[in-house]
Amino acid sequence: MLLEAKNISYRYQNGPWILKDVTLSVGEGERVGLVGPSGYGKSTLSKILAGYIKPAAGEVLLDGKELPAEGYSPIQLIYQHPEKAINPLWRMKDILHEGWVPDQCTLNAMGIEQGWLERWPAELSGGEMQRFCIARVLGPQTRFLIADEMSTMLDVITQAQIWELMIRIVEERCMGLIVVTHNEALAQKVCTRIISLPELNKL
Amino acid sequence: MANHDTAPVLDIQNLSVKFRMYDKGLRQSELQVISDINLNIKAGEIVAVAGSSGSGKSLLAHAVLGILPKNAMVSGSMKYCGTELTPAVQADLRGRDIALVPQSVSYLDPLKKVGPQVQGLYGTKEQQSQVFNRFELAEETAEKYPFQLSGGMARRILVSTAVISNAKLIIADEPTPGLNPEIAETTMKIFRDLADEGKAVMLITHDIDLAFLFADRIAVFYAGTTVEIAPVADFIRGGDALRHPYSRALWNALPQNGFKPIAGGQPYAGNLQGGCPYAARCSHCSTECTTAKTIKMQTVRGGEVRCCHAT
Repeated sequence: MLLEAKNISYRYQNGPWILKDVTLSVGEGERVGLVGPSGYGKSTLSKILAGYIKPAAGEVLLDGKELPAEGYSPIQLIYQHPEKAINPLWRMKDILHEGWVPDQCTLNAMGIEQGWLERWPAELSGGEMQRFCIARVLGPQTRFLIADEMSTMLDVITQAQIWELMIRIVEERCMGLIVVTHNEALAQKVCTRIISLPELNKL
Repeated sequence: MANHDTAPVLDIQNLSVKFRMYDKGLRQSELQVISDINLNIKAGEIVAVAGSSGSGKSLLAHAVLGILPKNAMVSGSMKYCGTELTPAVQADLRGRDIALVPQSVSYLDPLKKVGPQVQGLYGTKEQQSQVFNRFELAEETAEKYPFQLSGGMARRILVSTAVISNAKLIIADEPTPGLNPEIAETTMKIFRDLADEGKAVMLITHDIDLAFLFADRIAVFYAGTTVEIAPVADFIRGGDALRHPYSRALWNALPQNGFKPIAGGQPYAGNLQGGCPYAARCSHCSTECTTAKTIKMQTVRGGEVRCCHAT
């Protein structure tokens, strides 16, 4: 499996170009850190790679083919703000089961309590919601994971727990992982390769 | 640095917060989410509040501001510069004397340009330009709506809303996630400057390494209460300089210090049954830890700790 972004350019409406001619590829089993200052298009690139927005130019290819237009996407994105990635009018259990039904083992490893399943999003803390968002995207069809600052709102012990689990799952299933983070020490610990977006961006 | 002669800007004594909830029909139950917190912040001081997610850190901030949901019951005492914080006093002070930097960027009004949002009720356009300058935000950012901003820019807007006020007490609820290290450091420096100007800052954060650089004291929260309050120097040294096993576990979990998680999770507020909330995950756990009704904060080596085994 190979995820490729070829000559991606993007801008919002008629605004200035945010991404220009960005090319990168991530293979299976790779854990790639994507770093750069805020406002430089890391999240935008993440959304393009996951197929949420279409680039103005260029293409995203999975094994040389375009991403499927419908159905379960093999490339899954974990957002920076969990409260913006879930439907506030759904119970947590429905949110969790949106893509697949995680087994009890995954829930335990994520530290998701049985009692949380019946609650509404407003009744959980940011860190608790994020665990649901992570468990939600670990379905068997997922081939690449993009973690956009997924652990910044968690305490460091939970961060260490979740990253340990993520690395284990990614290695076991030979998935690719792209990690967007500002935490240098974290990137050094988690990633096998680090790329700087400002250096790729031909603005 | 801290001036020890005057009354603390914020003085919290035996604070507990409970939520009244409906079980079935009209039957009600109570859920205790914050228990027995004592914490003070003096003028010129930054107290970082760190600890487990969902341990009640944000609730503490909301309790001080008086913006908890209607079903919350608050007991204990909170004093602002010696004045008891009653709901009427809180309503009068918040936004003017006590400012909040909220945790989530969804606190911004999505239908209003951010410039006027930063100016708020009491600020001016000029002040807003100055604050934007301080945070390296372009002048035209004021004309944008929240959805047009990146995560890091939105975060700086939130901090601006508090900095523009002339508040004596600033409560910052996770002001730095999603910011690149330079901007995060700039943000923290601004809080440090504000403290050095004589303001008191409560800094709720998971970026403990940043707190190490800028805070005076760190209060560690676990399952709705403080387990340790100690000078920042002890946290920088780590290991045996810390008094509570949970503080040591936090320190060991930092990516730069080993990235070692501990097993298990924080107990759910409804399942707490007295004794030490950390007992189930603690390697030093003894019968005393689980049978004691409550464990009080005690002073050990110049810091406070809630542990029977602390030496």
